[in-house]
Amino acid sequence: MRKNLNVIAAYSIMMVLILMVGIFQSWNIALSIFNLCLISAVMTMGANIQWGYAGLINFGIMGYTALGGLAAVLISVDPVQEAWRAGGFDILMALWLIVVMVLVIRFVLKRFEKSKIRTYSIAAIIISGILLIRFSAEPGIEAIEAVDPAKTGFLGGFGLPIIFSWIVGALFAGGLAFIVGKVALGLRADYLAIATLLISEIVIAIIKHEDWLTRGVKNVIGLKRPAPYEVDLQTTDWFIKLVEKFNAGKLSVIENLADRQAALNQLVIEGSSVFVKLCYSGLFLVVVIILLILTQKALYSPWGRMMRAIRDNEEAANAMGKNVVKQHLLIFILGSAIVGIAGAMLVTQDGLFTPGSYRPMRYTFLIWVMVIVGGSGNNFGAILGGFVVWFLWIEAAPISLFLINFFTAGIPETNALKAHLIESVPYFRFLLMGLGLLFIMRYRPKGILPEKIEIK
Amino acid sequence: MDFVNAIILLLNYIFIPALTYGSQLALGAIFVTLIYGILRFANFATGDMMSFGTMATILFTWYFQSLGVSLGVLPTALLAIPFGIIFMILYMLLIDKFVFKYYRHQKSPPVQFAMVSIGVMFVTQAVVRIIIGPGDRRFFDGEKFIIKAREFKEMTGLNEGLALKSTQVITIFVTIVLVSLLFWFLNRTKTGKSMKAYSDNEDLALLSGIDPKKIVLVTWIIAGILATIGGALYGLDKSFKPFTYFNNMLPIFAAAIVGGIGNPFGAFLGGYVIAFSEILLTYAYKKFFMYILPESMEPNSLVQLLSTDYKFAVSFSILVIVLIYRPSGIFKGKVL
Repeated sequence: MRKNLNVIAAYSIMMVLILMVGIFQSWNIALSIFNLCLISAVMTMGANIQWGYAGLINFGIMGYTALGGLAAVLISVDPVQEAWRAGGFDILMALWLIVVMVLVIRFVLKRFEKSKIRTYSIAAIIISGILLIRFSAEPGIEAIEAVDPAKTGFLGGFGLPIIFSWIVGALFAGGLAFIVGKVALGLRADYLAIATLLISEIVIAIIKHEDWLTRGVKNVIGLKRPAPYEVDLQTTDWFIKLVEKFNAGKLSVIENLADRQAALNQLVIEGSSVFVKLCYSGLFLVVVIILLILTQKALYSPWGRMMRAIRDNEEAANAMGKNVVKQHLLIFILGSAIVGIAGAMLVTQDGLFTPGSYRPMRYTFLIWVMVIVGGSGNNFGAILGGFVVWFLWIEAAPISLFLINFFTAGIPETNALKAHLIESVPYFRFLLMGLGLLFIMRYRPKGILPEKIEIK
Repeated sequence: MDFVNAIILLLNYIFIPALTYGSQLALGAIFVTLIYGILRFANFATGDMMSFGTMATILFTWYFQSLGVSLGVLPTALLAIPFGIIFMILYMLLIDKFVFKYYRHQKSPPVQFAMVSIGVMFVTQAVVRIIIGPGDRRFFDGEKFIIKAREFKEMTGLNEGLALKSTQVITIFVTIVLVSLLFWFLNRTKTGKSMKAYSDNEDLALLSGIDPKKIVLVTWIIAGILATIGGALYGLDKSFKPFTYFNNMLPIFAAAIVGGIGNPFGAFLGGYVIAFSEILLTYAYKKFFMYILPESMEPNSLVQLLSTDYKFAVSFSILVIVLIYRPSGIFKGKVL
């Protein structure tokens, strides 16, 4: 118990902070912060597995998040029959061509010795294959994008419950991680960072511009929800009764019946959105707890010990007969798959998929700040990092506004400098994150909750 | 005549824009490569440092404009660049003193440096946005075109116009002068040679009496010059927006690595490799073929290998291919 005191203390402080937001700002804001903290926690767990367990640097988190989001779209949206009729065949043909191309390349790789001619012929196969696919799929893509472009203009998905996408998102991200890992894992640490960053940008470029698959920057809105809709709740009897019961004290003070009804209506509207957010919190909490149990088990298993051995001394682990390349690939896939889950969760919560919003600052570097600040190698630390950093990211603006007003209290409102500072309040969050990261790296390089290895 | 038209078309839409864009990338790439070769880390704050230098230049430009100082046909920004450079160098030295110096003395691994540079990236981004805001800023003044497309058509009687913007000429000219000076400095002067030695083998350089503090100082000064001029030229040619500068970091990294990181000449050429391949692969060649092919063979489609949306993706793909097959870059050879 004593050993875990700092963990408990840190989490209690975090919870108190979120509760304070609930009391002083509103429960809606508190819950939306809490939900995004949970999603961030899933992301940091993924990054922590790669960085903390194995020392692999992955700056491509954004790409895996977006793939998870794409999975949510492809799983939950109803198929657009008309688009399938218009261009489905061409798309399937193109997919088939890709498979053929991959098989031919594999065949060439297996059949012939490594030589310059082989390298060039593979390059030729790839280039001609891409051209062939492009020209054969072009009419189909145009036909699909022409189908009611204001509303659909894409193939749609499978029309399944969106919850399934959390698993499919993990599969998508894992699949991409397999390819990236095969290609890039041999690189030195800082090269790997740059390569993964750029690959994730390529993924985003594809998602943004292949409208037939993702609607691109036209966004997909109104995704199905695993939670009830606010509008439905507001007209459901049991929910209204529930709200009435909760606020019995407040309502009984109001004498006038009409006023009381109006107050109740207002409370029901507020309550419905809180209730929906609570549903999401429950779902996300389940995911976080399951992942936490699994990752903790893995950390203290023989496999976890092996990963640490590889991280701390690759050559020694190799000499002991551990397959470093294979384990690196495995952990790269596992970590990315977890990030994929988080991506699907994010889109599920928002109910919309906006490829334009995937930017490396928010989805790669911020997650890294979370991992480093929280404590890499320690799952509780990583999750805490997700909570602390997301909380500050959201609350940075109000905090800095308060500070600016506090320090410039004597200066009149019309002062140009003060007005300018107040206007640029949203950017203080970057300053806060940067300074936070720099201070933690300098004075507490292992994070708030450092890695603790106990031999059991 | 059609043949000349086709050549002019390529010059106008591919060659000159790519040369300009390549020069801007090249300056950034040399900046990345110098930091990597001498201070030994991948600087993720590259784009934002460039935007800081540009911001300083813009502020001075505005100041000069308010004083009524101008260079006539040339943009006032050229006058402001030296002041911008001084600000940039001061900022970099400040960052080095409070952030990077500690890790250099600790002999931290490059990954830790990279992480720290992300912290610097966040801070610089905040500083730039707080001072000048996140919006689009144009600070170009003076004569916009040297040759206008219409005038060119009237002059030569061709169908295709050739537009030459003054910013394009300034960019290319300044880059050539700056890069020649830099290579002269690195290869001919004592300080330059000692930088080279330090980059090749740190311990040996220290043994032979090279002062590391001086090397670091000179490196940041050169970096500041490159970052500010590269950023300001890009801003003059297009426009200044902090987010674009952050994004430009990626092709700049690509250029530096394609050219062989740590090798300034490679980085210089890498910038053009990236720029030309981006533009060549995403240009629609329909009009070009209409000129050179007989009428019966004219293409129906745009004859575009990739849509322009994939411009960035092209450079990243090149980089990924280079990283996999030749991690030391195209132009190998000795470091620095």
